[in-house]
Amino acid sequence: MEYSKLRTDLIPGVFGARGNTRSARSLARGVTVACLGTVALLLFGCRLDMHVQPKYLPYEPTDFFADGRSERQPVPGTVARGQLRLDELMFTGRENGVVVDKFPFPITRADLDRGRERYNVYCTPCHDYTGTGRGMIVQRGFPQPPSYHIQRLRDAPAGHFYEVMTNGFGAMYSYAARVEPADRWRIAAYIRVLQLARNSKIDDVPESERGKLTQQSAQQPSGQSMGQSR
Amino acid sequence: MAQIFHRSTNFISRLSIYGAVVIIGALGYALYAIAMSPWYTDQNVKRQQPVPFSHRHHAGELGIDCRYCHTSVEKSSFAGVPPTQTCMTCHSQIWTNASMLEPVRASYRDDKSIEWIRVNALPDFVYFDHSIHVAKGVGCTTCHGQIAEMPLTERAGTLYMSWCLECHRQPEKYVRPKSEVFNPYYEPPSAGEQLKMGKKLVAEYNIKSLQTCSTCHR
Repeated sequence: MEYSKLRTDLIPGVFGARGNTRSARSLARGVTVACLGTVALLLFGCRLDMHVQPKYLPYEPTDFFADGRSERQPVPGTVARGQLRLDELMFTGRENGVVVDKFPFPITRADLDRGRERYNVYCTPCHDYTGTGRGMIVQRGFPQPPSYHIQRLRDAPAGHFYEVMTNGFGAMYSYAARVEPADRWRIAAYIRVLQLARNSKIDDVPESERGKLTQQSAQQPSGQSMGQSR
Repeated sequence: MAQIFHRSTNFISRLSIYGAVVIIGALGYALYAIAMSPWYTDQNVKRQQPVPFSHRHHAGELGIDCRYCHTSVEKSSFAGVPPTQTCMTCHSQIWTNASMLEPVRASYRDDKSIEWIRVNALPDFVYFDHSIHVAKGVGCTTCHGQIAEMPLTERAGTLYMSWCLECHRQPEKYVRPKSEVFNPYYEPPSAGEQLKMGKKLVAEYNIKSLQTCSTCHR
Protein backbone atom coordinates (compact mmCIF):
# COMPACT_ATOMS: atom_id res chain seq x y z
CA MET A 1 0.00 0.00 0.00
CA GLU A 2 2.90 2.22 0.70
CA TYR A 3 4.01 2.28 -2.93
CA SER A 4 0.58 2.86 -4.28
CA LYS A 5 0.32 5.90 -2.07
CA LEU A 6 3.71 7.12 -3.15
CA ARG A 7 3.14 6.74 -6.84
CA THR A 8 -0.19 8.53 -6.88
CA ASP A 9 1.31 11.34 -4.87
CA LEU A 10 4.14 11.68 -7.31
CA ILE A 11 2.33 11.77 -10.58
CA PRO A 12 -1.39 11.90 -10.04
CA GLY A 13 -3.69 10.39 -12.59
CA VAL A 14 -1.15 8.41 -14.57
CA PHE A 15 -0.15 5.57 -12.36
CA GLY A 16 -3.59 5.13 -10.89
CA ALA A 17 -3.75 1.44 -11.81
CA ARG A 18 -6.36 -0.61 -10.03
CA GLY A 19 -4.90 -2.93 -7.43
CA ASN A 20 -1.50 -3.00 -5.90
CA THR A 21 0.22 -5.27 -8.42
CA ARG A 22 3.83 -6.33 -8.71
CA SER A 23 4.53 -4.55 -12.03
CA ALA A 24 3.00 -1.34 -10.83
CA ARG A 25 5.05 -1.64 -7.66
CA SER A 26 8.36 -2.03 -9.53
CA LEU A 27 7.48 0.82 -11.87
CA ALA A 28 6.76 3.07 -8.90
CA ARG A 29 10.04 1.99 -7.34
CA GLY A 30 11.87 2.89 -10.55
CA VAL A 31 10.24 6.28 -10.59
CA THR A 32 11.21 6.84 -6.96
CA VAL A 33 14.83 5.98 -7.66
CA ALA A 34 14.87 8.21 -10.72
CA CYS A 35 13.41 11.11 -8.76
CA LEU A 36 15.82 10.70 -5.87
CA GLY A 37 18.69 10.49 -8.35
CA THR A 38 17.58 13.68 -10.05
CA VAL A 39 17.26 15.47 -6.73
CA ALA A 40 20.75 14.26 -5.75
CA LEU A 41 22.17 15.51 -9.08
CA LEU A 42 20.47 18.86 -8.66
CA LEU A 43 21.86 19.18 -5.15
CA PHE A 44 25.39 18.44 -6.36
CA GLY A 45 24.82 21.02 -9.09
CA CYS A 46 24.19 23.62 -6.40
CA ARG A 47 27.75 23.66 -5.15
CA LEU A 48 29.21 27.05 -6.04
CA ASP A 49 32.77 26.78 -4.80
CA MET A 50 34.16 26.86 -8.35
CA HIS A 51 31.84 29.68 -9.37
CA VAL A 52 32.99 31.85 -6.51
CA GLN A 53 36.65 31.10 -5.96
CA PRO A 54 38.70 32.52 -3.08
CA LYS A 55 40.40 35.15 -5.25
CA TYR A 56 39.79 38.78 -6.09
CA LEU A 57 38.78 39.81 -9.58
CA PRO A 58 39.32 43.44 -10.62
CA TYR A 59 37.46 45.89 -8.36
CA GLU A 60 35.96 43.12 -6.24
CA PRO A 61 35.11 44.47 -2.78
CA THR A 62 36.65 43.00 0.36
CA ASP A 63 35.96 43.07 4.08
CA PHE A 64 39.64 42.73 4.85
CA PHE A 65 40.63 46.36 4.38
CA ALA A 66 38.85 49.25 6.05
CA ASP A 67 38.13 51.06 2.78
CA GLY A 68 36.57 47.93 1.27
CA ARG A 69 38.92 47.84 -1.72
CA SER A 70 40.74 44.68 -2.69
CA GLU A 71 42.98 46.70 -4.99
CA ARG A 72 45.61 48.53 -3.02
CA GLN A 73 47.47 51.70 -3.82
CA PRO A 74 51.19 51.10 -4.18
CA VAL A 75 53.38 52.68 -1.52
CA PRO A 76 54.18 56.29 -2.56
CA GLY A 77 57.35 56.37 -4.60
CA THR A 78 56.95 52.82 -5.90
CA VAL A 79 58.48 52.31 -9.33
CA ALA A 80 57.02 49.40 -11.24
CA ARG A 81 59.46 47.24 -13.14
CA GLY A 82 60.27 48.86 -16.47
CA GLN A 83 58.59 52.12 -15.51
CA LEU A 84 61.44 54.20 -14.18
CA ARG A 85 60.67 57.43 -16.00
CA LEU A 86 64.11 58.86 -16.63
CA ASP A 87 63.43 60.26 -20.11
CA GLU A 88 62.51 63.83 -19.22
CA LEU A 89 61.22 64.77 -22.68
CA MET A 90 59.11 61.64 -23.04
CA PHE A 91 57.42 61.92 -19.66
CA THR A 92 57.26 65.67 -18.99
CA GLY A 93 57.47 67.38 -22.39
CA ARG A 94 60.42 69.38 -21.11
CA GLU A 95 64.17 69.45 -21.53
CA ASN A 96 66.17 70.85 -18.62
CA GLY A 97 62.92 72.17 -17.22
CA VAL A 98 61.92 74.06 -20.34
CA VAL A 99 58.92 73.07 -22.49
CA VAL A 100 60.28 72.21 -25.91
CA ASP A 101 58.90 71.94 -29.42
CA LYS A 102 60.06 68.46 -30.29
CA PHE A 103 58.84 64.91 -30.12
CA PRO A 104 60.67 62.19 -28.19
CA PHE A 105 60.37 59.78 -31.12
CA PRO A 106 60.07 60.22 -34.89
CA ILE A 107 56.42 60.63 -35.91
CA THR A 108 55.38 58.25 -38.68
CA ARG A 109 52.14 57.92 -40.61
CA ALA A 110 51.14 55.09 -38.22
CA ASP A 111 51.70 57.42 -35.25
CA LEU A 112 49.47 60.06 -36.83
CA ASP A 113 46.73 57.51 -37.47
CA ARG A 114 46.95 56.35 -33.89
CA GLY A 115 46.99 59.97 -32.75
CA ARG A 116 43.83 60.69 -34.69
CA GLU A 117 42.11 57.65 -33.24
CA ARG A 118 43.06 58.61 -29.65
CA TYR A 119 42.17 62.24 -30.29
CA ASN A 120 38.74 61.24 -31.56
CA VAL A 121 38.15 59.10 -28.46
CA TYR A 122 39.44 61.33 -25.68
CA CYS A 123 39.53 64.91 -26.96
CA THR A 124 36.56 65.36 -29.31
CA PRO A 125 33.90 65.50 -26.55
CA CYS A 126 35.16 69.04 -25.85
CA HIS A 127 37.64 70.01 -28.57
CA ASP A 128 35.50 68.56 -31.42
CA TYR A 129 36.75 66.77 -34.52
CA THR A 130 38.45 69.80 -36.01
CA GLY A 131 39.88 71.31 -32.84
CA THR A 132 37.78 74.47 -32.63
CA GLY A 133 36.59 73.67 -29.10
CA ARG A 134 32.89 73.23 -29.84
CA GLY A 135 32.48 69.59 -28.90
CA MET A 136 29.29 67.97 -27.68
CA ILE A 137 30.09 68.47 -23.97
CA VAL A 138 30.82 72.15 -24.59
CA GLN A 139 27.45 72.40 -26.34
CA ARG A 140 25.96 70.96 -23.15
CA GLY A 141 27.49 73.63 -20.92
CA PHE A 142 31.15 72.80 -20.32
CA PRO A 143 33.37 75.92 -20.47
CA GLN A 144 34.65 76.29 -24.02
CA PRO A 145 38.33 75.53 -24.46
CA PRO A 146 40.35 77.74 -26.81
CA SER A 147 40.52 76.70 -30.44
CA TYR A 148 43.79 75.05 -31.51
CA HIS A 149 43.84 77.48 -34.40
CA ILE A 150 44.46 80.66 -32.44
CA GLN A 151 47.92 82.14 -32.83
CA ARG A 152 48.98 81.40 -29.23
CA LEU A 153 48.38 77.67 -29.65
CA ARG A 154 49.79 77.53 -33.16
CA ASP A 155 52.98 78.94 -31.70
CA ALA A 156 52.88 76.71 -28.61
CA PRO A 157 55.58 74.03 -28.47
CA ALA A 158 54.52 70.38 -28.84
CA GLY A 159 55.61 69.79 -25.26
CA HIS A 160 52.89 72.20 -24.11
CA PHE A 161 50.13 69.93 -25.44
CA TYR A 162 51.79 66.96 -23.82
CA GLU A 163 51.97 68.79 -20.54
CA VAL A 164 48.31 69.85 -20.65
CA MET A 165 47.19 66.28 -21.34
CA THR A 166 49.40 65.00 -18.53
CA ASN A 167 48.59 67.52 -15.81
CA GLY A 168 45.34 69.08 -16.93
CA PHE A 169 44.80 72.79 -17.56
CA GLY A 170 42.08 75.13 -16.32
CA ALA A 171 38.81 73.20 -16.27
CA MET A 172 40.43 70.26 -18.06
CA TYR A 173 41.35 67.33 -15.85
CA SER A 174 44.47 65.27 -16.28
CA TYR A 175 44.27 62.53 -18.90
CA ALA A 176 47.37 60.77 -17.63
CA ALA A 177 45.33 57.85 -16.31
CA ARG A 178 43.47 57.43 -19.59
CA VAL A 179 46.07 58.07 -22.28
CA GLU A 180 49.54 56.54 -22.21
CA PRO A 181 52.58 58.84 -22.61
CA ALA A 182 53.42 57.72 -26.14
CA ASP A 183 49.80 58.20 -27.18
CA ARG A 184 49.79 61.68 -25.67
CA TRP A 185 52.67 62.56 -27.99
CA ARG A 186 50.79 61.06 -30.94
CA ILE A 187 47.76 63.19 -30.06
CA ALA A 188 50.02 66.25 -29.87
CA ALA A 189 51.28 65.35 -33.35
CA TYR A 190 47.71 65.03 -34.60
CA ILE A 191 46.85 68.45 -33.16
CA ARG A 192 49.68 69.74 -35.36
CA VAL A 193 47.96 68.00 -38.29
CA LEU A 194 44.67 69.73 -37.47
CA GLN A 195 46.44 73.08 -37.25
CA LEU A 196 48.18 72.47 -40.54
CA ALA A 197 45.01 71.35 -42.29
CA ARG A 198 43.06 74.35 -41.03
CA ASN A 199 45.52 76.83 -42.45
CA SER A 200 46.53 75.21 -45.70
CA LYS A 201 45.44 76.15 -49.17
CA ILE A 202 44.60 73.84 -51.99
CA ASP A 203 48.00 74.72 -53.51
CA ASP A 204 49.72 73.09 -50.53
CA VAL A 205 48.25 69.73 -51.51
CA PRO A 206 50.25 67.79 -54.10
CA GLU A 207 48.34 67.80 -57.37
CA SER A 208 48.11 64.03 -57.47
CA GLU A 209 46.24 64.01 -54.13
CA ARG A 210 43.74 66.81 -54.79
CA GLY A 211 41.16 64.57 -56.40
CA LYS A 212 41.16 62.42 -53.25
CA LEU A 213 40.46 65.46 -51.09
CA THR A 214 37.29 66.51 -52.87
CA GLN A 215 36.21 62.89 -53.01
CA GLN A 216 36.63 62.51 -49.25
CA SER A 217 34.71 65.62 -48.33
CA ALA A 218 31.83 64.37 -50.47
CA GLN A 219 31.47 61.14 -48.51
CA GLN A 220 32.04 61.21 -44.79
CA PRO A 221 34.03 58.30 -43.45
CA SER A 222 31.81 56.07 -41.34
CA GLY A 223 32.78 55.34 -37.75
CA GLN A 224 34.92 58.42 -37.35
CA SER A 225 31.99 60.74 -37.88
CA MET A 226 29.64 58.69 -35.76
CA GLY A 227 29.53 61.15 -32.88
CA GLN A 228 29.07 64.13 -35.16
CA SER A 229 26.41 62.82 -37.45
CA ARG A 230 23.91 62.44 -34.65
CA MET B 1 -6.05 -19.74 -14.68
CA ALA B 2 -7.97 -16.52 -14.66
CA GLN B 3 -6.60 -13.35 -16.20
CA ILE B 4 -4.78 -11.26 -13.63
CA PHE B 5 -5.54 -8.04 -15.45
CA HIS B 6 -8.82 -6.90 -16.82
CA ARG B 7 -8.75 -5.80 -20.47
CA SER B 8 -9.23 -2.20 -19.44
CA THR B 9 -5.78 -2.11 -17.85
CA ASN B 10 -4.28 -2.19 -21.38
CA PHE B 11 -5.48 1.34 -21.73
CA ILE B 12 -3.96 2.31 -18.43
CA SER B 13 -0.60 0.78 -19.28
CA ARG B 14 -0.56 2.60 -22.61
CA LEU B 15 -1.58 5.80 -20.92
CA SER B 16 1.20 5.45 -18.38
CA ILE B 17 3.84 4.84 -21.04
CA TYR B 18 2.79 7.72 -23.29
CA GLY B 19 1.93 9.86 -20.29
CA ALA B 20 5.39 9.33 -18.86
CA VAL B 21 6.95 10.47 -22.13
CA VAL B 22 4.77 13.56 -22.21
CA ILE B 23 5.44 14.42 -18.58
CA ILE B 24 9.19 13.91 -18.85
CA GLY B 25 9.15 15.99 -22.00
CA ALA B 26 7.11 18.70 -20.32
CA LEU B 27 9.41 18.67 -17.31
CA GLY B 28 12.43 18.97 -19.58
CA TYR B 29 10.84 21.83 -21.42
CA ALA B 30 9.90 23.54 -18.18
CA LEU B 31 13.47 23.25 -16.90
CA TYR B 32 14.77 24.61 -20.21
CA ALA B 33 12.29 27.49 -20.15
CA ILE B 34 13.30 28.36 -16.59
CA ALA B 35 17.01 28.14 -17.42
CA MET B 36 16.55 30.48 -20.40
CA SER B 37 14.24 32.91 -18.63
CA PRO B 38 15.43 36.37 -17.58
CA TRP B 39 14.39 35.39 -14.06
CA TYR B 40 17.26 32.90 -14.03
CA THR B 41 19.80 34.44 -16.44
CA ASP B 42 19.32 38.13 -15.57
CA GLN B 43 19.18 38.80 -19.29
CA ASN B 44 17.45 42.13 -20.04
CA VAL B 45 16.99 42.82 -16.34
CA LYS B 46 17.77 46.43 -15.44
CA ARG B 47 19.87 46.94 -12.33
CA GLN B 48 19.31 49.76 -9.89
CA GLN B 49 22.64 51.52 -9.43
CA PRO B 50 23.84 53.96 -6.76
CA VAL B 51 23.82 56.56 -9.55
CA PRO B 52 21.37 56.00 -12.41
CA PHE B 53 24.08 56.12 -15.05
CA SER B 54 22.65 56.11 -18.57
CA HIS B 55 24.62 54.64 -21.45
CA ARG B 56 21.84 55.92 -23.71
CA HIS B 57 22.67 59.48 -22.72
CA HIS B 58 26.48 59.24 -22.65
CA ALA B 59 27.29 56.74 -25.40
CA GLY B 60 24.17 57.41 -27.46
CA GLU B 61 23.03 61.02 -27.33
CA LEU B 62 26.42 62.55 -26.55
CA GLY B 63 28.35 60.12 -28.75
CA ILE B 64 31.16 59.57 -26.26
CA ASP B 65 33.37 56.70 -27.38
CA CYS B 66 33.24 53.52 -25.24
CA ARG B 67 36.97 53.81 -24.64
CA TYR B 68 36.67 57.26 -23.07
CA CYS B 69 35.60 55.51 -19.86
CA HIS B 70 36.45 51.85 -20.49
CA THR B 71 40.09 52.66 -21.09
CA SER B 72 41.63 49.24 -20.65
CA VAL B 73 39.35 47.38 -23.05
CA GLU B 74 42.03 47.26 -25.76
CA LYS B 75 44.92 46.12 -23.61
CA SER B 76 43.50 44.10 -20.74
CA SER B 77 41.12 41.27 -20.04
CA PHE B 78 39.02 43.73 -18.07
CA ALA B 79 37.37 46.60 -19.91
CA GLY B 80 37.65 48.79 -16.85
CA VAL B 81 35.06 50.60 -14.79
CA PRO B 82 36.03 54.28 -14.84
CA PRO B 83 37.43 55.86 -11.69
CA THR B 84 35.35 58.71 -10.24
CA GLN B 85 37.90 61.12 -11.72
CA THR B 86 36.58 60.24 -15.19
CA CYS B 87 33.02 61.16 -14.18
CA MET B 88 34.26 64.37 -12.61
CA THR B 89 36.15 65.36 -15.78
CA CYS B 90 32.83 66.68 -17.04
CA HIS B 91 30.69 66.75 -13.91
CA SER B 92 33.00 69.13 -12.08
CA GLN B 93 31.56 71.67 -14.52
CA ILE B 94 28.16 70.47 -15.67
CA TRP B 95 25.19 69.23 -13.64
CA THR B 96 27.15 70.28 -10.57
CA ASN B 97 23.97 70.79 -8.54
CA ALA B 98 22.19 67.61 -9.58
CA SER B 99 21.27 65.65 -6.46
CA MET B 100 21.38 62.50 -8.62
CA LEU B 101 25.13 62.99 -8.89
CA GLU B 102 25.79 63.54 -5.19
CA PRO B 103 27.23 60.00 -4.73
CA VAL B 104 29.77 60.83 -7.48
CA ARG B 105 30.82 64.06 -5.84
CA ALA B 106 30.94 62.38 -2.42
CA SER B 107 33.12 59.64 -3.85
CA TYR B 108 35.56 62.18 -5.27
CA ARG B 109 35.52 64.28 -2.13
CA ASP B 110 36.01 61.47 0.37
CA ASP B 111 38.05 59.08 -1.81
CA LYS B 112 35.44 56.35 -1.40
CA SER B 113 34.57 53.92 -4.19
CA ILE B 114 31.16 54.09 -5.80
CA GLU B 115 29.75 50.61 -5.36
CA TRP B 116 28.30 49.87 -8.79
CA ILE B 117 26.17 46.78 -9.14
CA ARG B 118 27.79 44.33 -11.49
CA VAL B 119 25.70 43.65 -14.60
CA ASN B 120 27.77 41.17 -16.58
CA ALA B 121 29.61 38.64 -14.46
CA LEU B 122 31.08 35.30 -15.41
CA PRO B 123 31.71 32.41 -13.02
CA ASP B 124 35.28 32.39 -11.68
CA PHE B 125 36.16 29.29 -13.70
CA VAL B 126 35.72 31.17 -16.97
CA TYR B 127 38.58 33.18 -18.43
CA PHE B 128 37.47 36.00 -20.69
CA ASP B 129 39.63 38.66 -22.29
CA HIS B 130 38.13 41.82 -23.77
CA SER B 131 41.30 42.94 -25.54
CA ILE B 132 41.57 40.01 -27.93
CA HIS B 133 37.90 40.22 -28.86
CA VAL B 134 37.94 43.91 -29.79
CA ALA B 135 41.28 43.42 -31.56
CA LYS B 136 39.74 40.75 -33.80
CA GLY B 137 36.66 42.65 -34.87
CA VAL B 138 34.09 41.64 -32.27
CA GLY B 139 32.04 44.76 -31.63
CA CYS B 140 30.95 45.96 -28.19
CA THR B 141 27.29 45.63 -29.14
CA THR B 142 27.75 42.06 -30.36
CA CYS B 143 27.84 40.94 -26.72
CA HIS B 144 26.55 44.00 -24.85
CA GLY B 145 23.51 44.60 -27.04
CA GLN B 146 22.05 47.99 -27.93
CA ILE B 147 23.99 49.71 -25.18
CA ALA B 148 23.35 53.14 -26.69
CA GLU B 149 19.64 52.58 -26.11
CA MET B 150 19.88 51.54 -22.46
CA PRO B 151 18.89 54.16 -19.86
CA LEU B 152 19.95 51.66 -17.19
CA THR B 153 22.41 48.99 -18.17
CA GLU B 154 21.20 45.46 -18.58
CA ARG B 155 22.76 42.16 -19.51
CA ALA B 156 22.16 41.53 -23.19
CA GLY B 157 23.06 37.86 -23.42
CA THR B 158 22.50 34.80 -21.28
CA LEU B 159 26.29 34.48 -20.74
CA TYR B 160 25.83 30.72 -21.07
CA MET B 161 28.60 28.66 -22.59
CA SER B 162 26.33 27.89 -25.53
CA TRP B 163 26.00 31.64 -26.07
CA CYS B 164 29.80 32.04 -26.25
CA LEU B 165 30.10 29.02 -28.50
CA GLU B 166 27.58 30.37 -31.02
CA CYS B 167 30.25 32.83 -32.07
CA HIS B 168 33.30 30.68 -31.38
CA ARG B 169 31.92 28.05 -33.74
CA GLN B 170 30.97 30.48 -36.49
CA PRO B 171 32.82 33.76 -36.00
CA GLU B 172 32.03 34.76 -39.60
CA LYS B 173 28.41 35.27 -38.54
CA TYR B 174 29.29 37.99 -36.04
CA VAL B 175 32.63 39.59 -36.94
CA ARG B 176 32.64 43.19 -38.19
CA PRO B 177 35.29 45.51 -39.66
CA LYS B 178 37.75 46.71 -37.01
CA SER B 179 36.81 50.34 -37.71
CA GLU B 180 33.24 49.58 -36.53
CA VAL B 181 34.06 47.75 -33.30
CA PHE B 182 33.30 50.72 -31.04
CA ASN B 183 30.39 52.05 -33.09
CA PRO B 184 27.29 51.46 -30.94
CA TYR B 185 25.00 52.04 -33.95
CA TYR B 186 26.67 49.52 -36.24
CA GLU B 187 24.16 47.46 -38.15
CA PRO B 188 25.40 44.23 -39.68
CA PRO B 189 24.57 43.67 -43.34
CA SER B 190 21.97 41.11 -44.40
CA ALA B 191 22.72 37.50 -43.42
CA GLY B 192 24.15 36.57 -46.81
CA GLU B 193 26.32 39.66 -47.06
CA GLN B 194 27.47 39.19 -43.46
CA LEU B 195 28.60 35.65 -44.22
CA LYS B 196 30.51 36.81 -47.29
CA MET B 197 32.15 39.71 -45.45
CA GLY B 198 32.63 37.59 -42.32
CA LYS B 199 34.56 34.88 -44.15
CA LYS B 200 36.82 37.52 -45.65
CA LEU B 201 37.42 39.19 -42.27
CA VAL B 202 38.02 35.85 -40.51
CA ALA B 203 40.83 35.19 -42.98
CA GLU B 204 42.12 38.77 -42.89
CA TYR B 205 42.16 39.07 -39.09
CA ASN B 206 43.38 35.50 -38.67
CA ILE B 207 40.44 34.63 -36.42
CA LYS B 208 40.63 31.11 -35.07
CA SER B 209 37.49 29.22 -34.18
CA LEU B 210 38.80 28.33 -30.71
CA GLN B 211 36.71 25.64 -29.10
CA THR B 212 39.10 23.72 -26.89
CA CYS B 213 38.13 23.61 -23.21
CA SER B 214 41.30 25.34 -22.10
CA THR B 215 40.60 28.40 -24.23
CA CYS B 216 38.22 29.64 -21.57
CA HIS B 217 38.65 27.17 -18.69
CA ARG B 218 42.26 27.64 -17.77
